[in-house]
Amino acid sequence: MSPVDPAVPDGPAAPSRAEVGPALVTVTDLHKAFGAVRVLDGVDLTVHRGEVLAVIGSSGSGKTTLLRCLNGLETADSGVIEIAGGARVDFGARPGRREVHALRDRSAMVFQHHHLFPHKTVLQNVIEGPVVVQRRPRAEAVRDAEALLDRVGLADKRDVYPVQLSGGQQQRVGIARALALRPQLLLFDEPTSALDPELVGEVLSLILELAHEGWTMVIVTHELQFAREVAHRVAFVDAGRIAEIGPPDQVLREPQHERTRQFVHRLLHPF
Amino acid sequence: MPVPTVLAAVHAALPAVLPTTVPGGALSTVDWPLVLRSAPTIALGAVRGTIPLAALSFVGGMVIAVGIALMRLSRNAVARGVGRAYVSVVRGTPLLVQLFVIFYGLPSIGLVINPWPSAILAFSLNVGGYAAEIVRAAILSVPQGQWEAAYVIGMSHRRALGRIILPQAARVSVPPLSNTFISLVKDTSLASLILVTELFREAQKIAAFSQEFMLLYLEAALIYWLICLVLSAGQARLETRLERHVAR
Repeated sequence: MSPVDPAVPDGPAAPSRAEVGPALVTVTDLHKAFGAVRVLDGVDLTVHRGEVLAVIGSSGSGKTTLLRCLNGLETADSGVIEIAGGARVDFGARPGRREVHALRDRSAMVFQHHHLFPHKTVLQNVIEGPVVVQRRPRAEAVRDAEALLDRVGLADKRDVYPVQLSGGQQQRVGIARALALRPQLLLFDEPTSALDPELVGEVLSLILELAHEGWTMVIVTHELQFAREVAHRVAFVDAGRIAEIGPPDQVLREPQHERTRQFVHRLLHPF
Repeated sequence: MPVPTVLAAVHAALPAVLPTTVPGGALSTVDWPLVLRSAPTIALGAVRGTIPLAALSFVGGMVIAVGIALMRLSRNAVARGVGRAYVSVVRGTPLLVQLFVIFYGLPSIGLVINPWPSAILAFSLNVGGYAAEIVRAAILSVPQGQWEAAYVIGMSHRRALGRIILPQAARVSVPPLSNTFISLVKDTSLASLILVTELFREAQKIAAFSQEFMLLYLEAALIYWLICLVLSAGQARLETRLERHVAR
């Protein structure tokens, strides 16, 4: 293993497997092609309540597409995604908008490029979903949002516009915006890949804290050291399938598959 | 030297400069009392005719423009085709012809529309065609991630468009739409040809009556220019206001 990444703060080890509950997300035989390219080629996956799953793999392996399917941003060609509590989408049966929305209602995504709404202030970004979509009382949503902004360390930025923030701050607002939806499942799509190296730490340590609070998360990431620290399990995606999945120490230190070994080696020893 | 004196001197010199066959009549003297008497009438024509005509047509045009732009961006091929055809017809035919078809043409198939509604209809349809392309480009200029972020917080397509995409598209489209509006203000002078009482028609009436064509038409031109100066200033302020959240 490489020396510990200084961007990752020392903290308690990842929550133990025992705290993880019953299945929250079940993915069965998910397929998706863009033209002739089979991006997802039969993915089966279960994410448990309270579990943090890190998804790694080279670009084009399908890991981001998998994440986007979990949120209904991408429509799979076939296969089933089920999120406990009544959201079940069978993509083979040409699901309606309502079914896909049920997936979306239970999850929230944090993007690589934060995609904050530039014409709204930090606070307005965070309360937009709760007030406009979930129709919660505005005062209550503002109170929650202020607590969340305090939680991500940006209470003093509530009335500024996203353009006035640093990349790390923008991403933390993105996380607050996702948390404000009170989702059962948090999805992160390479949350630090677009950040300047010195801003990566503040975002990763926030995600680590959320992991310790018990949020269920699926994190697509290239930060192996972070994955090892935050995740209960690491999934290595290759050629549209989950090639290997297991505890971080196993997948990252003693990969069973040659492809995983190559990938991990390449990331740890870039040159 | 006072302006009238200068102008009088210029005009006194004109017969010497111009060939003798040019009638000196209109240019030989400036009838300042006429200017003073006609200005309020022409200005009133602007206030009662030109400005409301342009404003109402612009509002109507923007409604059409957003509709046509959405059709052109639609997944439905028929909607896209209709949108494209509309823009093509509006941009491919003269505004004056459109105005005449509605006011003088439609009565022959039994559809009589009064001058004012005719003018507003023609200008709205026309502006709608041009502005549709501006709105379409502005919507496309908003990054795809903004749609996705809106979907992720649970918004429908329609709500994402209304709350997230169009407000950002509006900022981008202010400069080109200002151009469209300023053109429209001047184009409303065409309404004088279908009997709408507006700025230019008032000037024409006084000109015909007084035979001071040069004077009255220059006066009309000056008032159009003043209106457009005010609009340009308004555009600048609006742009500053809308750009306050944007990095430069």
